[in-house]
Amino acid sequence: MLEGQFRNPSGCAVAAMISTKGRTFSGEDIIKSIAVMHDRSNGLGGGFAGYGIYPEYKDYYAFHVFYTDSIAKKQCEEFIETYYDIVNLSKVPTRQIKEITDAPLIWRYFVTPLKTKLDAAQLSEEEYVIRSVFKINTQIDGAYIFSSGKNMGVFKAVGFPEDVGRFYMLENYEGYSFTAHGRYPTNTPGWWGGAHPFSLLDLSVVHNGEISSYDANRRAMEMYGYKCTLQTDTEVITYILDYLTRRKGLTLEESAGVIAAPFWETIARMPKDQRDKETYLRNVFSSQLITGPFSIIVGFKDGLMALNDRLKLRSMVIAEKDDMKFIASEESAIRRICKDATNVYYPKGGEPVIIRLEKGVQ
Amino acid sequence: MAINFIEPLYEVVRNQDRCIKCRVCENQCSNEVHRYDSDLKVMLSDETKCVNCHRCVALCPTKALKIVKSDNCFKENANWTQANMTSIYKQADTAGVLLSSMGNPEPLPVYWDKILINASQVTNPPIDPLREPMETRTFLGAKPKDIVKDKSGNIVNNLPPQLELSTPIMFSAMSYGSISYNAHESLARAATELGILYNTGEGGLHEDFYKYGPNTIVQVASGRFGVNKDFLNTGAAIEIKMGQGAKPGIGGHLPGQKVTADVSKTRMIPEGSDAISPAPHHDIYSIEDLRQLVYSLKEASDYKKPVIVKIAAVHNVAVIASGIARSGADIIAIDGFRGGTGAAPTRIRDNVGIPIELALATVDKRLRDEGIRDNVSLVVGGSIRSSADVVKAIALGADACYIATGALLALGCHLCRSCHLGRCNWGIATQRPDLTKRLNPDVGSQRLVNLIEAWTHEIKEMMGGMGINSIEALRGNRLMLRGVGLTEKELEILGIKHAGE
Ligand code: SF4
Ligand code: SF4
Repeated sequence: MLEGQFRNPSGCAVAAMISTKGRTFSGEDIIKSIAVMHDRSNGLGGGFAGYGIYPEYKDYYAFHVFYTDSIAKKQCEEFIETYYDIVNLSKVPTRQIKEITDAPLIWRYFVTPLKTKLDAAQLSEEEYVIRSVFKINTQIDGAYIFSSGKNMGVFKAVGFPEDVGRFYMLENYEGYSFTAHGRYPTNTPGWWGGAHPFSLLDLSVVHNGEISSYDANRRAMEMYGYKCTLQTDTEVITYILDYLTRRKGLTLEESAGVIAAPFWETIARMPKDQRDKETYLRNVFSSQLITGPFSIIVGFKDGLMALNDRLKLRSMVIAEKDDMKFIASEESAIRRICKDATNVYYPKGGEPVIIRLEKGVQ
Repeated sequence: MAINFIEPLYEVVRNQDRCIKCRVCENQCSNEVHRYDSDLKVMLSDETKCVNCHRCVALCPTKALKIVKSDNCFKENANWTQANMTSIYKQADTAGVLLSSMGNPEPLPVYWDKILINASQVTNPPIDPLREPMETRTFLGAKPKDIVKDKSGNIVNNLPPQLELSTPIMFSAMSYGSISYNAHESLARAATELGILYNTGEGGLHEDFYKYGPNTIVQVASGRFGVNKDFLNTGAAIEIKMGQGAKPGIGGHLPGQKVTADVSKTRMIPEGSDAISPAPHHDIYSIEDLRQLVYSLKEASDYKKPVIVKIAAVHNVAVIASGIARSGADIIAIDGFRGGTGAAPTRIRDNVGIPIELALATVDKRLRDEGIRDNVSLVVGGSIRSSADVVKAIALGADACYIATGALLALGCHLCRSCHLGRCNWGIATQRPDLTKRLNPDVGSQRLVNLIEAWTHEIKEMMGGMGINSIEALRGNRLMLRGVGLTEKELEILGIKHAGE
């Protein structure tokens, strides 16, 4: 069975690093960082998201696509050509290594919606892109868009994360922010789509945990038009975040208060304004509450957010050095790439840590 | 004299060695089964009158009594059962519609019993409710479509009126008249203490109970008994009763002997008259009429109270619910075919309607398919028998459950199914002062509080086992359920997998 046809609980390692000054650096270090936590993954999935990696195409959506065969590729390209202007297309560069096998065809397209089509659709540009991604992923057999943001990209595969990094030659990319994931699924995923990060537009999520609210969350998100084809937690978490921030206009802090909502007894002790607000959010977005263990790192254009479940059932640590901030499942992963990182901090359950690029940084 | 064809179903067995002739049984049985023969100096019984309510058994100080199923039987026949034959004899005697009370007792499938609940192992830790917070607080009501922020970015509270429950259970509609003053007082006080709600049913609200308004749902049924502006504005929510699971398609029925002076005043009808509600609301012949009633009640209550529309689970319940969800209603209550009643025609009770499990599953799915699940909350009842049923209902998609029969059992009801006779020996379904005084509201409300607290505790344990620490993460979480011994079609309707999948 392929991922998407069954629920596949996973344990995991997560790591991320960002320069708050928007300084770019190579993907080398994030590979080293996640490699330290080798034992937290089992070779059945690894991946990275890099932000700021496509400066020359920063105004175009970068579609990264897996194809099982050339028929799927042809169909998908026909679709993309019908709705988008393609300014560049190429294979995603990879290096043959013995640890990574059964690679699908991996292609990359820099695109922008055709204006006439966009006007006719009467949708916002982002909604237009999301709908095309869903359409391709659910209707074109063998084609799967796994990255669709601007000036960012996801690289993932079945394998240990350090091998995945070498396979994609991540050291050749320069970005101001990277996230990484090593997966420990209980079943073989069967294909590459199920690896993390999961992403939609600029939003990417890496996650460690298994959420118990999954089906309540999934059914709610499907009602709002999101299609949970992978049956993974990461997928549904990404959709929830997109829904709350982009469609409902909540801030990331407010969204964190929905996903890992404070307990009622905590809310009762808050000052009135805050209490009213949290009560409102918990009531209105009750179907977006996530229970069960998780630690997630959310990548977005302007930064990173780290968030633990309300009981902190998964580990997560934060540290910094000058303009660099680091997040990881284990402190060792940070020490590996920055020996003298300071302000080591373990966020509490449900406490979002949001790291943003400094004001004025493009 | 005509021959009596009807044989008693039960025998009253008295252990004469134990019987001390205290005559408690005689005194307690309103059906006049027990009698003391002063010549023979023994207690005798006329079991033709016994309804098997166990009052005498429970109160006999020497445990001398038991009620057993009579082994006196007609010639065995799987088609013409004793029950079928007896019904014919009764109707041939009286030319009457057969009447019954409480829920459908027939051996039809109980889907709750074919659904099993999940628990976490290894990949996801169970949570211990004794050591970690475990939340059951529930809000009922429509959710706003859009989030509105003011100039400084603060969220504007645009919530329609909501009900807040400490646990997702409410006491379902039972009218004053069908049940006693003391039963109502017990329910009202327990709901208040528990932070949940009880429901007036269609008989209006006794003036003594207006003080429990914040924990009261006031009901407007087709008979409009006891409905006035004060009544509407006293409750926390207004329920329009379109139907009842025990008797879909017909209105309420309160036999005249239960319409005492006090009941007549509360209902605003003459003493001693049968209170028979019309089958339809005569101002609602279609969905757009319902919308008008919803909005007239909202007008009358200043848009401050959620409006509940209660329907019986019938074949096309999903379509009906979808219409209601677009009619301005805030909450839909669905009552399954096993729901109780104070009086219903037997044939209707036993043959009309569908199981709540299936109705709930299809309604929840339909509302989601149409993207309107957030327009309404779903409350289900008929019949919820335990905390496990509550957990299963919520995982199928309900926001909360209604219980009524369960609540009466807590008050002492033994399901003799004779409420319509008005002689309830437990002081519940009666208005006879000598009987109603048997139910002490101090004790009754405490027993109800105990029951709901016990269930809430069990719900928390099951949630913790699943690794869920807040009830909303259970709602609609159908992956937490598996069916056993169900057909593909049944699983498809319930939207769950089979055990082992
Ligand atoms: S009707 Fe009830 S109280 Fe009377 S004899 Fe039967 S069981 Fe006992
Ligand atoms: S309420 Fe009273 S009359 Fe009705 S079933 Fe229960 S015990 Fe019997």
